[in-house]
Amino acid sequence: MNPVDASNPLYRSRRRLNFFLLTVSGAALLFGLFWLTWILGNLLYEGGNALARATLYYQMTPPPGGDGGLANAIVGSLIMVTAGTLIGTPIGILAGTYLAEYGRGGWLANATRFLNDVLLSAPSIVIGLFVYSVYVAQVGHFSAWAGSIALGLLVIPVVVRTTDDMLKLVPDSLREAAMALGCPMWRMVMFITYRAARTGILTGILLAVARISGETAPLLFTALNNQFWSMDMNAPMANLPVVIFQFAMSPYEDWRRLAWGGAALITIAVLLLNILARALFRKSQ
Amino acid sequence: MDVAFAWLTRSFAFLVFSILAAILVSLVIGSQLTLEKYGFSFLWTAEWNPVTEEFGALVPIFGTVVTSLIAMLIGVPVSFGIALFLTELSPNWLKRPLGTAIELLAAIPSIIYGMWGLFVFAPLFQTHIQPFLIGTLGHIPFFGALFAGPPLGIGMFTAGIVLSIMVIPFIAAVMRDVFELVPPLLKESAYGLGATTWEVVWRVVLPYTKVGVIGGIMLGLGRALGETMAVTFVIGNAHRLATSLMAPGNSIASSLANEFTEAVGDVYFSALIELGLILFLITTVVLALSKLLLMKLARGEGSQT
Repeated sequence: MNPVDASNPLYRSRRRLNFFLLTVSGAALLFGLFWLTWILGNLLYEGGNALARATLYYQMTPPPGGDGGLANAIVGSLIMVTAGTLIGTPIGILAGTYLAEYGRGGWLANATRFLNDVLLSAPSIVIGLFVYSVYVAQVGHFSAWAGSIALGLLVIPVVVRTTDDMLKLVPDSLREAAMALGCPMWRMVMFITYRAARTGILTGILLAVARISGETAPLLFTALNNQFWSMDMNAPMANLPVVIFQFAMSPYEDWRRLAWGGAALITIAVLLLNILARALFRKSQ
Repeated sequence: MDVAFAWLTRSFAFLVFSILAAILVSLVIGSQLTLEKYGFSFLWTAEWNPVTEEFGALVPIFGTVVTSLIAMLIGVPVSFGIALFLTELSPNWLKRPLGTAIELLAAIPSIIYGMWGLFVFAPLFQTHIQPFLIGTLGHIPFFGALFAGPPLGIGMFTAGIVLSIMVIPFIAAVMRDVFELVPPLLKESAYGLGATTWEVVWRVVLPYTKVGVIGGIMLGLGRALGETMAVTFVIGNAHRLATSLMAPGNSIASSLANEFTEAVGDVYFSALIELGLILFLITTVVLALSKLLLMKLARGEGSQT
């Protein structure tokens, strides 16, 4: 009997198994999409009202039962994410440059690449604990600087990875051409390979910003929180993730509403950054 | 100038190289008190009493491992299904949007998962799914103890489910990438012999990419072990050793998030930092293993297994 014929019972049962398991695979995909739409839909539904109220953007975080907004937390988050990005990006780009341009296959480059990938997925709460031990405990108080450093440490591995990957995509013939014209190595890196890999590196930075914008755990032990408006980098500073955490866990209805608003705000920002980074990356390809 | 720039990049690479070691050293120094006081017995002591200053890590370690295992049990098959669909079944025009949608699951901040888990998922789980699970699975001898207890909504099982949703995008992305490494020639040969799509995936693609698939699973496990905010919201934060998965528990990360800023006394602090140290060691080993496996596949050795 023909082994691949509909009249062969063995073949029919193989086909049935195939059909069944492929259906299950499709169901798995729907399962994933189902959570995505449920979570996002619910977030917009719960947070939508809070987002539409203008007071969210210019009033301070209120005491329990009071009316207020998230202005200090929004500004605090913006400040710390900016500072964290400014701390982490140069370190990440320079280290990534070493990996792709100088170290290449050397022991330091290979070991750094390996440890960097571990760091990329390391629990962010441990980073917070680290910054607490080496900075907060030493100076004796929580501060926005400590929060920025913790966020900066989270930026580094993302930027190192993308810089390394993107510089590796630049063809060596470009480097050889520059070298042949007598261009010193640092000028070649600065003006030839950086320029060629510009959009890719920028994508990495955007993804890093998106990642740290929603990070809560490392800020708990570093920036703490602040109920008031503060621009002092040496004092605790309000920030959206920690405010959301505290307000959501509280028994007060007003606070929870604000927490939903903040959650929707952060998620929209993070998803927009992600989509922007992807669009940019696709353009560069 | 040329030397200076080379030196500058080298020193920053070295900085990145030493961050992990610096974290390790700082955590060891921070937890010196309890390291000396308890030694290794810290790992299997269930006591956690800030008042009498008696501390042991068994409960948080247990909670971390249990929630991560639940997450893996749900997350791995689903991720495999998603990767299978994206590489073998999906029409080309759908691949990118579907892949992006799954990846966006990873972009949602973990605190959002936590809030959604606590306010939306846990109540539904409590009223609809949990009584059913307790009523059916709870009556099986021995095994049933895992599902015994009142339906509280929050607890280790809920935390495991929320975690599973969070690790799916990571595992699925790695699986999809390694599945695409399989030479088309191998797959076409199998199809040519009359194999069905499932047989090609199970007998050709999976054996070829075994190492990478395990690497992806380890990556997801590393993520699940260290996840903080989502777990903190839904695990219930109870310092007790429960046999039932439905009971509230505690994980290492959630203990830290809840107690660290409120801790008083050097021993308490030291115990919490030692928890962080344990978490750091576990995740680093798991993630390093994952990376090694993925590197092995990338070197083209997957075909020999």
